[in-house]
Amino acid sequence: MTLSIITALGMVGCLGVFFAILLAIASKVFSVPKDTRVGEVEAVLPNVNCGACGAPGCAGFAEGVVHGKYPANACVPGGAEVAKAVAQILGSEVIDKEPRVAVVRCAGDKDKALQRAVYSGVRQCKAATLIQNGAKGCVYGCLGFGDCVEACPFDAMVMLENGLPHVFEDKCTGCGMCVKACPRGIMELMPRSQKVFVACVSKDFGKAVKSVCSVGCIGCSLCANPKTTANGAITMDGKIPVVHYDLVKDPWADLEKAVRTCPSKSFGVRGPVPEPAAAAPVPEETAA
Amino acid sequence: MPGKHFRGGVHPREEKKGTSHKPIEEAPLPKQVVIPLLQHIGAPGECLVQKGDSVRTGQPLSKPVKFVSVPVHASITGKVTAVEPRPHPLGASLLSVVIEGDGTEDRIETLKTSDDWQLLSVEEIRDRIRDAGIAGLGGASFPTHVKISPPPEKPIRVLILNGAECEPYLTADHRLMLEKADGILTGLRILMKVLNVRRAVIGIEKNKPDAISLMRSKTEKDRTIGVAPLHVKYPQGGEKQLIKAVTGLTVPSGGLPMDVGCLVQNVGTAFSIYEAVCFRKPLFERIVTVTGPGVVESKNLRVRIGTLFSDLIAFCGGYSDETVKVINGGPMMGIAQHTDGVPVLKGTSGILVLDEKSGRMKPESPCISCARCVDGCPMNLMPNRIAGLVEYGRWKDAVGIGLTDCIECGSCAYICPAKRNLVHYIKLGKALNTESMAADGGKK
Ligand code: SF4
Ligand code: SF4
Ligand code: SF4
Repeated sequence: MTLSIITALGMVGCLGVFFAILLAIASKVFSVPKDTRVGEVEAVLPNVNCGACGAPGCAGFAEGVVHGKYPANACVPGGAEVAKAVAQILGSEVIDKEPRVAVVRCAGDKDKALQRAVYSGVRQCKAATLIQNGAKGCVYGCLGFGDCVEACPFDAMVMLENGLPHVFEDKCTGCGMCVKACPRGIMELMPRSQKVFVACVSKDFGKAVKSVCSVGCIGCSLCANPKTTANGAITMDGKIPVVHYDLVKDPWADLEKAVRTCPSKSFGVRGPVPEPAAAAPVPEETAA
Repeated sequence: MPGKHFRGGVHPREEKKGTSHKPIEEAPLPKQVVIPLLQHIGAPGECLVQKGDSVRTGQPLSKPVKFVSVPVHASITGKVTAVEPRPHPLGASLLSVVIEGDGTEDRIETLKTSDDWQLLSVEEIRDRIRDAGIAGLGGASFPTHVKISPPPEKPIRVLILNGAECEPYLTADHRLMLEKADGILTGLRILMKVLNVRRAVIGIEKNKPDAISLMRSKTEKDRTIGVAPLHVKYPQGGEKQLIKAVTGLTVPSGGLPMDVGCLVQNVGTAFSIYEAVCFRKPLFERIVTVTGPGVVESKNLRVRIGTLFSDLIAFCGGYSDETVKVINGGPMMGIAQHTDGVPVLKGTSGILVLDEKSGRMKPESPCISCARCVDGCPMNLMPNRIAGLVEYGRWKDAVGIGLTDCIECGSCAYICPAKRNLVHYIKLGKALNTESMAADGGKK
């Protein structure tokens, strides 16, 4: 009895020692050198796995950036700080990126834009575009089912009662996931330092727009007129005006006249609208 | 004995009584027609006319630029008043030719007597079919000359003529079979010659006994053409379901009917082929059933392509008071319209007008896992699983369990007690899948 216990113990003990030696040798022979920088990079990342950099999550980005697959400043939510830290670890230079923020380029809420049919399908924007191109009168306008809100990894968006999404600018990191999610191309990233944007993406003109939305851009090109906006900061691209932010020196003063001249009130202004210099109608605030 | 059938399917109320006994009526010549350049699957043709041009009935308005493309033709005589995007019954606005009629009818030369098609070569027949702009009249509108040019390694053994007309409410094919049986049979024989097949079967649902007996008596002496009475079940007229019911063969997933040596053509298409080949008459009119509780008087009409829905509904006595929904097609697969200013296309077999009661939609609620959709799916799919995956963005997994095999027949959404928007989720999944495939293709 005792003997068999001792034999068993001895056998197992011997086997244990044997495998321990085997493993020790194997770990030496087959060892893979791991780049310690991957771990270091991972430690400085925000670890929200938003995917804005293009990698499947932060670990993937850390791995990729070390092997030169992504630029050091590709992590959008991390901003300049993380970019600097990553660059330090990799011993490369940082190129500063202008921080950006998402804006909603449609102001046609439930009261201002016409609904042309009752929609009872799947409550997703992408799905709504598949049925007769959406039930909204304007086929360019926001459908209001919040694919963008759903896509935001930072909880920086909500769907408002009025049927338009809203961006909490303090939470928005400019990762651009909402831009990718919107089937209508309404979400856009603009420089944080800027104030004015065109809050309409409709490609229709005049009457076609007016018949479905009271705040849609009618393409009159008044804002792009040099008398309204100096040094070509606004030009017309097809029908829609484009603001060239690199040409704007003062985010408000340079564009104020355009905002106030627009007959359809199609400009959006971030933050409070400064007191008018002259007595002119104050445009609607589209993104606070 | 029940007729031939397939697994799955549902039994919606037929609702065909309103129009099945009504002879086809000629709709009044419209004052204006809107003819979209794209009415078929494939590439739109190149526009041949411009604003101000005078056109004659039957004159081509576009010229195909690719193989999978057919021309469209003027359906009335008059002046082109615009070439611009107009609302299209299948969705977004598409480039269309608008013709204002002058009230007269000046047709391009068509043959007065039936040209002896037996003497024509196969190529000549195909060319006539393409030049007449024929694309499946059953609804999918795939260019017919392409469909009847199968690759040589996939010979067709059985030609199936689809007279099932399984969509509730619609009776256009039924009436055509009763009134134009000879033309349809000639069209069928022309197709048999082109495809070099020696066996054809006309599949007709058993709820049309008059059509079955008429076709039977007309083909009694012809041993190559058979008539198959089919079990009344939706979607009996689905290509794959029809093949299964008639021949017992199963078209493989992702495959085409020609993979099992079959080819399906709609009866309306066969009749247009007859007119195109024997009389060189382009496809500028078709039979449309205007029906439903929301319209005053239901009718089967011969209609010029491009006639606006509003004109036809007005001809049928207009809307009843509580009309809520105008659908292009039948209740199962048709698409609700946001305006009645859309034109009849080559593939428009019916206009269904629903009133408040019949058009009411119950709100969607969560799936109760009853599996009725699984039992009802004629493609042996699990619509509940697929839709659930798509709903939460996992359409890639849905592709793995057969998303792309769905024929969008609507059986699942019809039978679902929870009123889940199953087909809509599936359409969404398919759209996302196509998009991502296109993006991947772009990268390569
Ligand atoms: S902005 Fe785009 S994604 Fe967001 S709710 Fe509107 S349509 Fe949908
Ligand atoms: S999953 Fe597709 S094929 Fe199956 S019943 Fe639903 S719509 Fe028809
Ligand atoms: S029929 Fe509707 S409730 Fe039943 S399993 Fe299918 S999706 Fe769920």
